[in-house]
Amino acid sequence: MLSFFLKRFGVMILTAFCLTLVVFYLTNLEPNLEKLAKTQANMRMTDEQVASWLDDRGYSRPVLLRYGEWLGIVPGWTLVDEDGKLTGRCVRKGQEVTPRFCGVLQGSLGLSTVFSDEVSTIIAKRLANTGWLMFWVMVVMVPSALLVGVLAGMREGSRTDRTLSTFSIATTATPEYVSGVIFIVVFASSMVGLKWFKGSATSASDSGITFENFTLPVLTMALYGMGYIARMTRASMAEVMTAQYIRTARLKGVSFPMIVIKHALRNALIAPFTVIMLQFPWLLTGVVIVETLFNYKGFGWTLVQAASNNDIELLLSCSVVAVAVVLITQLISDIGYVYLNPRIRVT
Amino acid sequence: MEQLTLLEIIWRILIQLIPVWVALIAVFAVSITFKSRLGLYGKLFNSSVGMIGLGIVLFWIFTALFADIIAPFDPIEQISGMKHKKPGWPVVGQEGAFYLLGGDNLARDVFSRVIHGSRTVLSIAPAATVFAFMVGITLGLPAGYFHGRLDTILSFLANMVLAFPVILLFYLLVTPEIRTTGIPVVLAAVLFLFPIIFLVVLFRTKYFVQPQKLTIYLVLTMTIGLWVYSGLAFNSDPLGVWSMDPNLLNIFVSVVFVNSPTVFRIVRGLTMDIKTRDYVAAAQTRGEGPWYIMLWEILPNARGPLIVDFCLRIGYTTILLGTLGFFGLGVSPESPDWGSTINEGRKLLALFPHPALPPALSLMSLVLGLNLLADGLREQSLKD
Repeated sequence: MLSFFLKRFGVMILTAFCLTLVVFYLTNLEPNLEKLAKTQANMRMTDEQVASWLDDRGYSRPVLLRYGEWLGIVPGWTLVDEDGKLTGRCVRKGQEVTPRFCGVLQGSLGLSTVFSDEVSTIIAKRLANTGWLMFWVMVVMVPSALLVGVLAGMREGSRTDRTLSTFSIATTATPEYVSGVIFIVVFASSMVGLKWFKGSATSASDSGITFENFTLPVLTMALYGMGYIARMTRASMAEVMTAQYIRTARLKGVSFPMIVIKHALRNALIAPFTVIMLQFPWLLTGVVIVETLFNYKGFGWTLVQAASNNDIELLLSCSVVAVAVVLITQLISDIGYVYLNPRIRVT
Repeated sequence: MEQLTLLEIIWRILIQLIPVWVALIAVFAVSITFKSRLGLYGKLFNSSVGMIGLGIVLFWIFTALFADIIAPFDPIEQISGMKHKKPGWPVVGQEGAFYLLGGDNLARDVFSRVIHGSRTVLSIAPAATVFAFMVGITLGLPAGYFHGRLDTILSFLANMVLAFPVILLFYLLVTPEIRTTGIPVVLAAVLFLFPIIFLVVLFRTKYFVQPQKLTIYLVLTMTIGLWVYSGLAFNSDPLGVWSMDPNLLNIFVSVVFVNSPTVFRIVRGLTMDIKTRDYVAAAQTRGEGPWYIMLWEILPNARGPLIVDFCLRIGYTTILLGTLGFFGLGVSPESPDWGSTINEGRKLLALFPHPALPPALSLMSLVLGLNLLADGLREQSLKD
């Protein structure tokens, strides 16, 4: 078991390393740096001005060297200008001694150029916001998906099954940006809609979550993920219902609801567990769309801001977080699967 | 002129779509008549779910084909005085012409844009899926069959791409800045090579003992393949028939790149499963080469799940293309594709819902159709 963990952990570190290297390389391509300089300083800069802007901020040195600085295995660059003022990667206001290294290994994620703030504070704040969104999505999505799946799967081929299955297919066919738009028109539009909820969740990120401003984002995200989990649950439930021990229970005279609750349910929920865990990474994509659509300032919104402004260090941290989420959930789902199903061993 | 009522709008839209109805009825009539001779496709007409799915998909295919006849206006034509007009509003200065689904924020006809938008989606999504399958199959078969180091490296790469959030990847790969560096062209040069490799190996293994046939097929594949390849990847087709807009190439390559690791994993899993069957052992005993076994023993037996996944994946690619449009990546602002139209419309959604709704519903119906079709195919292929 320990070697399994170590191996998985090693693969995780290697993946994160490769991915950040790719992101670093792509964001540091010549045209991207030029764009960064122009958006940060002045759109009408000449090529020489761009070059000197990049020189002053240490962007013009080799990519691998700067990746090393970001990691914290190469000393951060420093520059003393004509007035004797020290600038550099590790220089912060109000700091007496400038540390030689300041990278991920030293616990510093760098500075965001868009928000001009420490990346770690931004990420922490935004992740907390997204955490709330995810929490409510899970609260809505998982129970309803399991309920739909179990109801459809317990009598395979019945009318309930057909209706619920079609419903699940329809929800998986509706991406967030479609259902979100429809929801806003129906529930929030001032022209034709019911005006029950708000079409924007900006207030949720600033002044607290209310039923009014959070229902639509949560519903939009939950709906897309629901169909898939429900279909998995249905398939697994339908399979369990054909098992011998269910027939035995029926012949014994146990009532149908009791069979479903006592005998079938627990065995039917093993497969959906893995699916639910694997939904997390994929919810991440949904988060980006929903947060952009409803203007909710969470992790996804930050990612879009970072990417569209070529904010290198913020984007790197975003990708590290995203990759970590993906790989950790994969690991948990593997372990959970082994734990729930004693026939499979990790070794 | 009066504004049309809801019933009149629906009636006029149905009339506009007459070419589609005619084509749909013709296809269904022919298919149902000969369904016993059409294999898996014919069996589809035994399940209502599959038939509905096929109907929706065909509807959009025909709409894309006949878009020029169906759409009453040009998708980028702006008619003054029609900005944000409600559905069914009569066109200023044109007798008997209406904006059936209203006008958008630039006074263009929403209905015509939706109809033309189906072209963009239906020309990119299936083609990108085919390419992703070629890449996935060409790499997945040997990875599953040989196992070993090749598998370890390829699986690691595939998992790495899959660990990337799709949107981040799009934001990195689909930008005007990236286009100037030439990275999309390099990616295209690599990815577009796979169909040629696949076909060459396919013919080589099949006609190994018939050198004459082999030469004909190989020469054909190489000439046509490299001709198309030079045009699509490097935009340097000597005859100028095959070319791709740099924007479009960028989107296309990224979508193929995102999809192929998943296909790779599916093919690899299927190969590992089928490898243990008796007929593979029989082929090995017969002395068949590994590539013959992979392409002519394993692949045909994996076709069921692959066909189903193919349908689902076109739907997924459609969603991805919409996502790209939604974030305004890669497509020109004038493009009538559904994703960017939704993105345009959502900005004024609270006041004018009509420009965003039709493309949203169209995208949803197309993906739904593909999913239902996949469901029907799965149901029918399991019956074999």
